[in-house]
Amino acid sequence: MSGSAAVSATPVRPGAGRVLRQLMVRPRSAFALVVIVTMVAAAVLAPWIVPYDPNDQMFDGLSLEGAPLPPSAQFWLGTDLLGRDLFSRLILGTQTSLIIGLLANGIAVMLGAGVGITAGFLGGWVGGILMRFTDLMMAFPALLLAIVLAAIFKPSLLIVAVVIAMVNWVQMARVIYTETRSLAEREFISVQRAMGASTFRILRLHVLPHLLYSIIVFGTLGISTTVLLEATLSYLGVGVQPPTPSWGNIIYENQTYFANAPWLVFFPGLAIVLLALSFNLLGDVLRDALDPKLKGRH
Amino acid sequence: MTAATAETGRGDAPRPVLSVRDLTVAVATPGGAQPVVEDLSFDLIAGETLCLAGESGSGKSMTALAIMGLLPQPTARIAQGSIRLADGTELAGLSDRALRKIRANRISMIFQEPMTSLNPVLTIGTQLTEVLLEHGACSRAEAPGRALDLLRDVRITDAARRLKQYPHELSGGMRQRVMIAIALACDPEILIADEPTTALDVTVQAEILDLIRTLQREHGTTVLMITHDMGVVAEMADRVIVLRHGRQEETAPVHQLFAAPRTAYARELLAAVPRLGHAPARPVPERLPDVVDVEGLTVRYPIRGGIANRVQAQVHAVENVDFRIAPGETLALVGESGCGKSTIGKALLGLAPWTGSIRIAGQQMQGLSPKGLKPVRRNIQMIFQDPGASLDARMTVGRQVGEPLVVHGQARGSELQDRIEWLFRRVGLTPEQIDRYPHEFSGGQRQRICIARALALRPRVIVADECVSALDVSIQAQVLDLLRELQQEEGLAYLFISHDMAVIDQVADRVAVMNLGQIVETGSREQVLRTPMHPYTRRLLSAVPIPDPNHVRPAVLARDGEVGSPVRPLGQHPVRLEMDEVAPGHWVARSDAAARSAA
Repeated sequence: MSGSAAVSATPVRPGAGRVLRQLMVRPRSAFALVVIVTMVAAAVLAPWIVPYDPNDQMFDGLSLEGAPLPPSAQFWLGTDLLGRDLFSRLILGTQTSLIIGLLANGIAVMLGAGVGITAGFLGGWVGGILMRFTDLMMAFPALLLAIVLAAIFKPSLLIVAVVIAMVNWVQMARVIYTETRSLAEREFISVQRAMGASTFRILRLHVLPHLLYSIIVFGTLGISTTVLLEATLSYLGVGVQPPTPSWGNIIYENQTYFANAPWLVFFPGLAIVLLALSFNLLGDVLRDALDPKLKGRH
Repeated sequence: MTAATAETGRGDAPRPVLSVRDLTVAVATPGGAQPVVEDLSFDLIAGETLCLAGESGSGKSMTALAIMGLLPQPTARIAQGSIRLADGTELAGLSDRALRKIRANRISMIFQEPMTSLNPVLTIGTQLTEVLLEHGACSRAEAPGRALDLLRDVRITDAARRLKQYPHELSGGMRQRVMIAIALACDPEILIADEPTTALDVTVQAEILDLIRTLQREHGTTVLMITHDMGVVAEMADRVIVLRHGRQEETAPVHQLFAAPRTAYARELLAAVPRLGHAPARPVPERLPDVVDVEGLTVRYPIRGGIANRVQAQVHAVENVDFRIAPGETLALVGESGCGKSTIGKALLGLAPWTGSIRIAGQQMQGLSPKGLKPVRRNIQMIFQDPGASLDARMTVGRQVGEPLVVHGQARGSELQDRIEWLFRRVGLTPEQIDRYPHEFSGGQRQRICIARALALRPRVIVADECVSALDVSIQAQVLDLLRELQQEEGLAYLFISHDMAVIDQVADRVAVMNLGQIVETGSREQVLRTPMHPYTRRLLSAVPIPDPNHVRPAVLARDGEVGSPVRPLGQHPVRLEMDEVAPGHWVARSDAAARSAA
């Protein structure tokens, strides 16, 4: 066959090992992986690696005038209004933010993708009802909904995660719905139907792999919006409750002092940006790495 | 004058309006810049029609885009060479601003897909006047009148009304006429037509080709035509450049090329073109009990609308169709787009809602649940038009070929692997290719994979829906050979759906011609294609371009009455055509007028 000469000599199957290797060789994703692994490690090892007790209001943590201390050799990232070590609080906050980010986003992705795929593939009245409900949720101000939900239930880590998920699944559902609709019309799906393959089999083997792209991209984008929404909720006082630190409520607690002690807002803000950026970069590269057509490109 | 004139060196010194010299177009790929057009040189002589002919990937469209300065940015660029107009204007490397002045005024272009080239939210009139005003061809006051003249020029019926209509209200042929009107609005010297009729039905194609020829005579426009269809080349060209992999294979006047091609590639290309009426005789299959038996097949789709979303009208896609196919036999369904031929294929596969009776290998499909349908499905499989679209891009081809076996619980583990390897060899692929993905294969290879998948369950019937239309002619011939071989060895029955008369001539034992959801003529290949009786069949056959420049095609026969529509208000049913047997096995519908008076 003349065309086969042009085909690469070694067929490669996408395996977990190959994908990981691909992620490590690309600078963008290598950077993202390093940041994420560091943050996860910090979250897991928090109790052992914090230099000071994060909740200890230290006597020497404030200046003689009672002002927070700027970053120094003793307090690497400075101290907050109550004289607590910011670095230690940030490390502990990593735990909260990551749990919320992964948990809330995980729920949102599953809910959104589930609703989107069901509505998109089945269509008809089932799809109609699901999507009208999605539209309703979309029209509702997300922040208001989150505040109402958070006010009804007593804020705890789990409740905050669920509240955020309830707000965040909608965009996912919309995107996945549209994609599934167009996928369901494609010829290779008709082939499967003509073959007599069950709906579940078609969804699992021929629809889901094509949606992976969007799910990963939106899923990783979602992690950053989730962390940001948690920060917003904490900032408004309905998020994770003090003294448990999260990046959001560290900013919230210290915002009034921003002009005099910018590091108190800058460092947690930087952490949020880094995490969001890393997940977006990772999603970006992961998408390419999983696409058989883009094999070996950068 | 440019140096190019001197080079032609003929006594009458024909005046080139465009000279292309050593044109190389490079496209950026991950492996570096790849040339898609290499060292191409030609002159376009005033008033002639030059055809750039070649298969997909030959660089013919890239050449056209390079001339227009419309190469896809930033991936493709002119790497070297020059493109000069008669007055010496160099187009390669010209600024976008300067190119805009050239486009439409001096060179304009029409594209393959007239729907996507027109703006769907503007009326035809607006789009025409816009071009006129943009290029200062006339004043604002004169513009509507000029627009009307232009539409009359391209022979659109009811031109005044068309000005106020939107593109979706026009048929494909009318849209292409509008595109031609827009292209000729500023009276350019050169018209580049990139596969202008590929997306159109054969009768419409003939009309558009006629139109281009007429306009060329009237305006003295020089035409650069890009096509893959040697029939169109034979009909239109004065001279032909055959391209292959971006290189010029042969340049010759059209009569010389068809009579005595000099290069091996041109010979192969011409030999591969299916010719109507030159197909080899087919072995007569022994009469066995029919494996497909369809009676009174009807497919109607509701059109909903209004506030209550009620059914307001119905598309009568297929009305009361009967046919039978014996093992080892090929029945070809032919007709223009929208005639319902593909819908019949879908109904047979259970992909469209239908009423009537379908028996496959003696099993009635009517009224079966999806579960009850499954064993019947094993006997009937389908091959689609676009092998790229009917393969899942994210699954290895081997797994996809094995899927029917898994779904029907026929094989697993190493047995499955063996069966897949056997199927790959069966269709002329190698087992080493099993672990690859669809994008790593060429179009012809992908169609082989689809055929392997269709064969996996050892079906008795295969529905082939335009299965070679998307392939180049040389590949087309190979795939048709494979289908023929499989038919002889396995006794497969084919329902071969196509719009291409020449291909049908190659493969069919019997032919059924469809129009507006009903069969208007059916019989053996010889009966229908050599002695067509129904006016619609005659019209179709008269429009087929013949790959022979000496053949003068008579004007396309006029349409018999109004262009019908398959959409009808609720409760109004189309008249059922009465069939008469004019010869043994040759059935022809009474023509519309007769049917109306009978009803």
